[in-house]
Amino acid sequence: MTIDLCAAPGEADVSAPAGGVTGSVHSWDISTGVDGPGTRFVLFTAGCPLACAYCHNPDTQDMRYGTRRSAEEVLTRIGRYRRFIAASGGGVTVSGGEPLLQPAFTSAVLRGAKDLGLDTALDTSGALGHRADDALLAATDLVLLDVKAIDPAIYEDLTRGSLTPTLRFAERLATMGKRVWVRYVLVPGWNDQPEHVERHAAYVATLGNVERVDVLGYHRLGREKYTELGMVDRLAGVDGATPAQVQAARDIFTNAGLVAP
Amino acid sequence: MTTTADPRPAPTRDAALDTAPDGSHGREPWRGFVRGDWCDDIAVRDFIRANYTPYAGDAGFLAGPTSRTTGVWATLTGMFPVERARGVYDIDTHVPGSITSHGPGYIDRDHELIVGLQTDVPLKRAIIPNGGWKMVKDSLAAYGYDVDPHVEEIFTRYRKTHNAGVFDAYTPEIRAARRSHIITGLPDAYGRGRIIGDYRRVALYGVDRLVAGKTADLRALDARPATEEVIRSREELAEQIRALGELKTMAASYGFDISGPATNAHEAIQWLYFGYLGAVKDQNGAAMSLGRTSTFVDIYLERDLAEGVLTEEQAQELVDDFVIKLRIVRFLRTPAYDELFSGDPMWVTESIGGMGEDGRTLVTRTSFRYLQTLYNLGPAPEPNLTVLWSPQLPEGFKRFCAQVSLDTSAIQYESDELMRPRFGDDTAIACCVSPMAVGKAMQFFGARVNLAKTLLYAINGGRDEVSGAQVGPEGPVYDGEVLDYDEVRARLDAMMDWLAGTYVSALNVIHYMHDKYAYEKLEMALHDSDVHRTMACGIAGLSVAADSLAAIKYAQVRPVRDERGLVVDYETTGEFPTYGNDDDRADAIAVELVESFMAKVRQHPTYRNAEHTQSVLTITSNVVYGKGTGNTPDGRRAGEPFAPGANPMNGRDRHGIVASALSVAKLPFDSARDGISLTTTVTPAGLGRTREEQITNLAGVLDGYNASDGFHMNVNVLDRETLLDAMEHPENYPQLTIRVSGYAVNFVRLTREQQQDVISRTFHEGL
Repeated sequence: MTIDLCAAPGEADVSAPAGGVTGSVHSWDISTGVDGPGTRFVLFTAGCPLACAYCHNPDTQDMRYGTRRSAEEVLTRIGRYRRFIAASGGGVTVSGGEPLLQPAFTSAVLRGAKDLGLDTALDTSGALGHRADDALLAATDLVLLDVKAIDPAIYEDLTRGSLTPTLRFAERLATMGKRVWVRYVLVPGWNDQPEHVERHAAYVATLGNVERVDVLGYHRLGREKYTELGMVDRLAGVDGATPAQVQAARDIFTNAGLVAP
Repeated sequence: MTTTADPRPAPTRDAALDTAPDGSHGREPWRGFVRGDWCDDIAVRDFIRANYTPYAGDAGFLAGPTSRTTGVWATLTGMFPVERARGVYDIDTHVPGSITSHGPGYIDRDHELIVGLQTDVPLKRAIIPNGGWKMVKDSLAAYGYDVDPHVEEIFTRYRKTHNAGVFDAYTPEIRAARRSHIITGLPDAYGRGRIIGDYRRVALYGVDRLVAGKTADLRALDARPATEEVIRSREELAEQIRALGELKTMAASYGFDISGPATNAHEAIQWLYFGYLGAVKDQNGAAMSLGRTSTFVDIYLERDLAEGVLTEEQAQELVDDFVIKLRIVRFLRTPAYDELFSGDPMWVTESIGGMGEDGRTLVTRTSFRYLQTLYNLGPAPEPNLTVLWSPQLPEGFKRFCAQVSLDTSAIQYESDELMRPRFGDDTAIACCVSPMAVGKAMQFFGARVNLAKTLLYAINGGRDEVSGAQVGPEGPVYDGEVLDYDEVRARLDAMMDWLAGTYVSALNVIHYMHDKYAYEKLEMALHDSDVHRTMACGIAGLSVAADSLAAIKYAQVRPVRDERGLVVDYETTGEFPTYGNDDDRADAIAVELVESFMAKVRQHPTYRNAEHTQSVLTITSNVVYGKGTGNTPDGRRAGEPFAPGANPMNGRDRHGIVASALSVAKLPFDSARDGISLTTTVTPAGLGRTREEQITNLAGVLDGYNASDGFHMNVNVLDRETLLDAMEHPENYPQLTIRVSGYAVNFVRLTREQQQDVISRTFHEGL
């Protein structure tokens, strides 16, 4: 990956041409119970600075796979579902890809959704957390934060990126008292060692603003996409996490005093 | 004719009621009720409004099954395997069914609380030939029974049937349309059904009061000149009065005198059930729905509970025993009929919940008790429990419904918010989605036309793409290289004009003859005499037609002709929008088709001036309709199933089940007031991680769909067994789709390993 993760906010952001903010969008979806509370409009942005081995949507990793859309267009679309979303107790989630790769666009969508009276969530790895300015976070009710691995070496191995920015972002959110759900994708043989999960849980527990931890078992349902895209599947020999493995990890988080349903 | 299999004398009324030993009978039946207009007029709704107790709590009060309930149910479940293996448990080939034809019959005489069977033995089916002798004959042949020549002689020589009448009056054009399945599923060979008697009237007023009312209505016609209409009304009223007398006779055979009102809950349920039983003994209707009884029954249960003569366990037991009876209603039908409906459905639909016009919820404890039967007796498709949903429903009830859906998949939901302003707050669903004010309105069931085939006829100048027969008005086959949207749409418009006229004519013939030869005398005795009638037309193949038109409009569709010169296939190049993705380009076509066909149907006068309505409904027969329809411009291959009801075509939704549902919600209810059906499939894990979350989220989806003007939702929650079965028998599950975190997979196309993965993720994770 050639993206400079340490670039200052806005520097690598191509999403603010004249005449309204646009972004590269992979797709949108309305889903229940997976990307935040209730039934949500989920906007998947295109492009991600990381290349996680377990990524089940590798087709969202490259910004060029997306379609350019204005925030206004996206918000018009969201507006059509406003009645449904409000009545169902759901909201809007901006996911990706990595939405903070396009902070101005992401911010505009989140702000617009809030102005529609809808609950908002940002689904991020935190790797580009420094690009989320205070206005963006003010428009975000909930951050779904995927810390991936607490051990820097495992993190780099899994993601081809650096752990530090994510931790810095997590701590910033903690200082702000922002509501956070931590997501943890459990990959057998990579980040499932009990001592590693314990370290991870201990760290998450110190933050104090984490409402819940979702342990998601690695699954192989997205693997065909690697073949289709001509990408290397680095987890080719790895099995999906078993329910027992997932439950064991949940227990560790629960024992650390966290809510891990 | 009567048969009495049980040689023991029928029990006396007192002996049968000795479970209520408080001496309540002989007591004033309306004691403790708030009086009102309902005391002088037949007005069940007003009685309910004045006397029911809304319940806003949760399910915590409910009782499980008693050993008596479990025992009676076990007796029946022991008989089901034989029925499944043979197709029928047994048939009485000699005695045509009528209100008084058989009886009494019992499952377990000493342990049943609510009594009454259609014949003398549970699950034994009666023949009801008034609808048509052919249906009876074919059914008997299919199940290996001999026709009783004496009965055959009666119904082919001396007593004309509905079916015979219809075919005397059908035009060659209607016959051709029917044969080619462009108009299909017509109730011309069997009972039309979809009429809901107000069975509550039997309990509240007793039969004598109902006879008095009908007699007064008959006398009121005495002064009117004997026009055809008046003669018919007088004959019908006379039939109704006779049916009420037969109902008393039938109840008496079980030891009950139902001439007066019920005096307690046990009697109220028994009286109500007798009313319904009389109807299903007399009519083999396509859907024999029950109405909206739970809140009515609740008034009696609450009174008995307050009087200290009933416990919660006993109250539940009465409801359970009633529901056992509803679960074993059976009709004799042909295997072809069952194939059309994917099973052997009775549509004993019971509508539960909803809100009152005064803003109070109509949910009572008994609304919960009815749903509780799905736990006490296990899940079952009948009775067809239908919740009238509103975001205003009490949270406790919403959550219980969602929970029961998750556990059993056995509830369907309809929008109380769309129905209440149009039909009032005593509306019930007949069949799947047809709303009607109980006892005040009925429908003439009209099955449906095949809109996808109509489009093919438009392209082929009225010739059938499968048989080649000229069915519609003759015109040139489309001769261009590429289908031009405007021309195809104009041709379709003309074809729909023809179809609407032919269709309404067919329905007029059918209902004229049904009234004449198979009149629902008991069901209509439990209606106001001045009843509102609707002519319930319907369309199938909406999504195929809409997507095909979208393909013609937005992509390039080249017709492929065969040696007959007919267009039999389509080569479609380019992208086109499809219905079900909240894309107005495609959704607007679907909306326009619905509105346009409704408008065309309205141009044709109806039998008895029935109000024209239509449904977008094919909950199960979409497979059969697809089988008889050739290749379509949307890429669907000949013979492939249509999507059910108003559903978008499976696999064409790209933004999830909710986006797809909201496309369906755009169809205007006022152009489809007989109902718009949506079938959805969810997995528990697709609704959230924990059970509490799944319940909250399912209730939320129902609230959201309702707020978006969605009318109906079938909620299928996939269970582990279904998926395991799909792994073993993929041919039975061609459309099984699983959504996994933002994208959909076709389950049967996954590798075995992936399927196992899905199963373990869906049913273990988070539970």
